[in-house]
Amino acid sequence: MTALPLLDISNLTVEFATRRGKVQAVKSIDIQVGKGETVAIVGESGSGKSVTSYAVVRILDRAGKVAEGSISFSGVDLVAADEAQMRDLRGREISMIFQNPRAALNPIRKVGRQIEDVLLQHVQATSATAKEKAIEALEKVRIARPEERYDAYPFELSGGMCQRVVIALALACQPQLLIADEPTTGLDVTTQKAVMDLIVELTRERGMSTILITHDLGLAAAYCDRVVVMEKGKVVETAEAAAIFHAPQHPYTRKLMQATPRLGMALADLLPEGTPKPPAQARAPATLAGAAPLMQVENLVKEYPRPAGGALLAKLRGKAEPEKPAFRAVDGISFSVARGETLGLVGESGCGKSTTSMMITRLLDPTSGRIVFDGQDIGAMPARTFAASPFRRRIQMVFQDPTDSLNPRFTAQRAILDPILRMGTVEGRAALRERCEELARLVGLPVELLDRFPHQLSGGQKARVGIARAIALEPDLVILDEPTAALDVSVQAVVLNLLDELKQRLGMSYIFVSHDLNVVRLLCDRVVVMRSGRIVEEGTAEEVLGAPKAEYTKELLTAIPHPPA
Amino acid sequence: MLRMIGARLMTTVPSVIGVIIVTFLLTRVLPGDTAAYFAGPAATPQAIAEIRSKLGLDQPLPVQFVSYVTALVKGDLGQSLTTGQPVTADLAQRLPASAELTLVGLLLSMAIALPLGVLAAVRQGSWIDHLCRVVATAGVSLPVFFTGLLLVYVFYFILGWSPAPLGRLDVFFSEPPRVTGLLLIDSLIARDLETFRAAAAQLILPAVTLAIFSLAPITRMTRASMLAVLGADFVRTARASGLSSGKVIGTYAFRNAMLPVVTTLGMVFSFLLGANVLVEKVFAWPGIGSYAVEALIASDYAPIQGFVLTMAVMYVVLNLLIDILYGVIDPRVRLEG
Repeated sequence: MTALPLLDISNLTVEFATRRGKVQAVKSIDIQVGKGETVAIVGESGSGKSVTSYAVVRILDRAGKVAEGSISFSGVDLVAADEAQMRDLRGREISMIFQNPRAALNPIRKVGRQIEDVLLQHVQATSATAKEKAIEALEKVRIARPEERYDAYPFELSGGMCQRVVIALALACQPQLLIADEPTTGLDVTTQKAVMDLIVELTRERGMSTILITHDLGLAAAYCDRVVVMEKGKVVETAEAAAIFHAPQHPYTRKLMQATPRLGMALADLLPEGTPKPPAQARAPATLAGAAPLMQVENLVKEYPRPAGGALLAKLRGKAEPEKPAFRAVDGISFSVARGETLGLVGESGCGKSTTSMMITRLLDPTSGRIVFDGQDIGAMPARTFAASPFRRRIQMVFQDPTDSLNPRFTAQRAILDPILRMGTVEGRAALRERCEELARLVGLPVELLDRFPHQLSGGQKARVGIARAIALEPDLVILDEPTAALDVSVQAVVLNLLDELKQRLGMSYIFVSHDLNVVRLLCDRVVVMRSGRIVEEGTAEEVLGAPKAEYTKELLTAIPHPPA
Repeated sequence: MLRMIGARLMTTVPSVIGVIIVTFLLTRVLPGDTAAYFAGPAATPQAIAEIRSKLGLDQPLPVQFVSYVTALVKGDLGQSLTTGQPVTADLAQRLPASAELTLVGLLLSMAIALPLGVLAAVRQGSWIDHLCRVVATAGVSLPVFFTGLLLVYVFYFILGWSPAPLGRLDVFFSEPPRVTGLLLIDSLIARDLETFRAAAAQLILPAVTLAIFSLAPITRMTRASMLAVLGADFVRTARASGLSSGKVIGTYAFRNAMLPVVTTLGMVFSFLLGANVLVEKVFAWPGIGSYAVEALIASDYAPIQGFVLTMAVMYVVLNLLIDILYGVIDPRVRLEG
């Protein structure tokens, strides 16, 4: 580090004016970033890590303002700078990359034009050379066929490709500092690795400084020189990346580290020290050898017709186009789930794992194949009328986003009781309340929260409501579709343990759909790896994740960011 | 793009057929005997029957329908009993008057509403935001005939700035040679600036009346839609890349915010076109709305049929235009066509 840091945040406090008075999102923090240095700001939601970066670039909401402290960027005071000065700095000296790349790009402007806009704004190109330079910028982020991509709209590109465009946009003017705000959240592991490698390589090449904002300690440690840990608006620890993993100083860092699933740890290890741990149970599946599996899926196929442009018109003209072959989202897969077993369904986006889980849950009709549940082919029952079938009670689902999967106008109690009310298994107000409280206790939701609405609950509490709703009818099989993807790691640790405990206690089977191999390793007995609608590998969790045979599984495993050993 | 327009036109065929059937049945269902009305108050039953058979009204419904459609294909909408002219000629005379009025009113409205809505969204909570709310609420809560009369009272009666509210053109001027039927354009084509000025002077008050009324939906929609877009991630990206606020608001936010606004514009336009009867009455404007109302009061059915049919076709054309405009603004729409 040079004597004078490139970015010097000192004693920064950011306030937000809310209806209930002023709230301090960031409280007197100090962060320095040296020239060429890569610094990670790590923290869970609400830690103020994003607010800090917005304050640096001065794109805070109207309600937010810097209340105290200073931000100095190579000698310029960013708090006092006027808007015109800031505009010149943004994009040219300090750039940002955002989470959710597709939304971060203007949906109705060609990506090439968006890059041109930035180049022209900062006089890095004239209108004559802009196109050429924009294509050059796309080339640098290794987008194949940049001349064609120049004319593409964001919706025509994949998530990883969009993030490359956002990076091209951010680096187009050769800034000195890059702030990457959760740049890979929502991307697949292999895409995450490609994007992170690209960012690191490009910034090293140009001697740029980088701030990586993330909730993922593993990612931070793998790619950064220094790690700043934030909790509730305060910096609790700053250390070298290697040091923070070996000797975390602050209790919060220790808690965060512990909750991050890693190789060679058990589920209970995720919980902070001092919590009573359930007796270490043999994680061997409690299945009886030779017993009939609970569910057997045979040759399951789901096809979607390709959208045909102007087909109606063509038909009316009497010259129907040749039928395009249908798109096979799920391409003839077979597997089985034993009683009491947790099966992991793993793969990247677009591999067909969600389609498969929707078909198993009987929300979607398969094109062909059988879904045998407890001896009955439930795949033959149409999804439209499955809600009336007695099997509905026995197969339930926990959805990905705990917020979006709850009706905002239902209280927690109403949400939990919804399946019971629909199936009519319990009658009477008092009996319903009693059952609800029982379920709440099972999932560890305080009973006094039952009358609250989803927006009055935290993410973890909402996840518990979703789980209570799924187990309300005492199902035999629960499909968990990335149930912890939207949760902070410490909450995830608790929820995963809860799920495991419930399974033991109620004797359910799980199908756990996830892209997070570390979590799958902890929770699942057996794992099925999918790619482009097919199963590439299947076996016990130890076999598949410990000694993978398929190339693709190996690729997935190596893509997980590993903290320095 | 052409394919999308073609496909879109195809889908309008059933609605046009439906409208033709409904307009046909409408005149058969409405109370009042056309033949009796046609024959006059002193006619004998015999004369009425004679006229009935002459008009084809004694034929069974399907036969009547076929002859109605046949005439329709030839562009014959029947004769108006009150004006004695073919309905087609009447509509051709009056539709441009309504279209000109509505169009100018809407353009005026847009010229005020769009900037006001954008400003209100950009400076949310400022005085301009409050002004936007007041103007919009006031405009929509005053009935058009009241605003119209008030404007006439102030600008004609008291101040004397505007000419008498008596139609499209002062009696001292002769209409320019008819090209489009829109006086403003026709007079410009004829290079007759005097007539242009006179026509504009007649037009300004009724157009302002319409504009005041249509301010509210357009302003509110622009504001709401701008607010949503300004909070979007890509606007944040544009800001963080240092784009000037003009570029951010104009190119990035406004174009995206236009989509719902265009829909509202289409709805407001078609609503105004048919529903500005009151304005036409107040300003003695020879438009299509007052024509239809007069015909309805006189049990003169052919013009009503013609009016309903014309309006339906205009709706269809307008919606098609909006769809095309959507495709121009949003590339994602083109794909679905």
